[in-house]
Amino acid sequence: MKRWFSIFFVGGVIAYRGLFNWIRPAMYIPTMLGSPLFQLIFFTKLGQYAHAESRNFYIVGNSVQVCAMSSVYGMTMAVANERWFGTLGPLLASPANRAAVFLGRGVPVLANGLLVSAFTFGIGVVLLGFRPPLHAVPALALVVVVTAASCTAFGMLLGSIGLRAKDFWFAANTAYFLMLLFCGVNIPLADLPGWMSFIGRCLPLTHGIEAARRVSAGGSLGSVGGLVGAELLVAACYALAAFALFRVLERESRRSAMLDAY
Amino acid sequence: MRALQIIRSGFVMNLKMLGTSSFFLVTSTVQPVIFATIAFYMFRSGGQAGTLLYASLGAGMMGVWSTTLFASGGMVQWQRWQGTLELGAAAPPPLALVYLPFSLANSFTGMYALAATIVWGRLVFGVPLHFAHPWLFVLSLPVTVVGLGLMGLVLASTFVLYRYANALSNLLEYPVWIASGLIFSTSLLPVWTRPISWALPPYWGVHAIRNAALGGPVWGPLGMVVVLSAASLAISAFTFRWFEHAARARATLSLT
Repeated sequence: MKRWFSIFFVGGVIAYRGLFNWIRPAMYIPTMLGSPLFQLIFFTKLGQYAHAESRNFYIVGNSVQVCAMSSVYGMTMAVANERWFGTLGPLLASPANRAAVFLGRGVPVLANGLLVSAFTFGIGVVLLGFRPPLHAVPALALVVVVTAASCTAFGMLLGSIGLRAKDFWFAANTAYFLMLLFCGVNIPLADLPGWMSFIGRCLPLTHGIEAARRVSAGGSLGSVGGLVGAELLVAACYALAAFALFRVLERESRRSAMLDAY
Repeated sequence: MRALQIIRSGFVMNLKMLGTSSFFLVTSTVQPVIFATIAFYMFRSGGQAGTLLYASLGAGMMGVWSTTLFASGGMVQWQRWQGTLELGAAAPPPLALVYLPFSLANSFTGMYALAATIVWGRLVFGVPLHFAHPWLFVLSLPVTVVGLGLMGLVLASTFVLYRYANALSNLLEYPVWIASGLIFSTSLLPVWTRPISWALPPYWGVHAIRNAALGGPVWGPLGMVVVLSAASLAISAFTFRWFEHAARARATLSLT
């Protein structure tokens, strides 16, 4: 069990340091902090111009959503870059527990997603006048943790695809931008057609963002328990699907000798 | 004559390369359509359905800029990864001339974005396509796209020196959308940002395109696009030379 946790935590951190392309400050600051900052300003101003929703609607939606940048791209890199850097073979030849190897990579990604979300909320406070009630902050933080976990599980699924797909950035980019459209980040689900809001409810973020909006408007954690539970359920489903896909693709790659091939 | 030959062959080659990249397929068609859809719903939700063509053109121009930005950053970085950047720098033509056709091809690929958002808006959201000045619209489009390409060339020159070019690309997408007022008016921004907007070719380009489509003066903004494009070309010729020399002197040209 000790070895399992060692692979889970230490392996996860080492993989993150080795495989996350944007870890250097010269990359991290513009990409993981600069881009969310301007995304927040962009959608808040667009909403203001369109007279659509209140300013807080966009601040909360985008501040929660930006954790997906770490989750989607971070997890994609954490899995798919093994293949790109030619280390997938040695990794899969090792007897290490696959669940520990795979799930451990999500921990630093999750922490990074929380940092990015916290930074963006901070920008909302400093630049855009976002003022949630102080008593709502712990509940808001918990909702963001659950949502970031859910996004990380979704990122794991995309990362698994990167074990076989030739151009994994295609899937990561498409997924990231579709989340902006389907997950109620900038458009209330009620304004979307039924099929779009249905897809949105099956994706991570959607329930979390709704819960975050209610909590930041003064609602209690108990009042959003159902939404948080739904987000956790979504997270569990994606994590299971991702791990299953990882094992299937690993087996297929071994069987067809396609492990490191492009 | 030789310069034209270089421009032609570089343009065609880069168009072919971009045409095979699924990343650019997303950037130049899927991403603008997603942003256009978000904008359509937001404008609709705000009870401003009459501005859907405005949103469509804005989202399309956002796509043109994204494609230009990522391709301009990418073209130097990819050549660096492939080990061909030194060959371009060692070739007799100036580096700016080597990369000019690449940059023009990048922004030309971005025109897919505008086509995609207009067609998408028409088919899915029933956006009426009644252009106030159709011929001026047709004229202002390529002029603006060339302007963006030349702005991309200035950025590309900095990527010769800066190893983390894709970080700059990731950073500069939203700020130019915001400062150029591609989809909302810059009057919402603080007054101190106005000079930044005025210095950007896409700010005038989107004005020209929007006025040609919805009505308003076109020649003035279009003239500004031409002036700023010429300035971009002059700046890029200078910066390419400067940064290339600096990269050679520091021996960082091919460092990844």
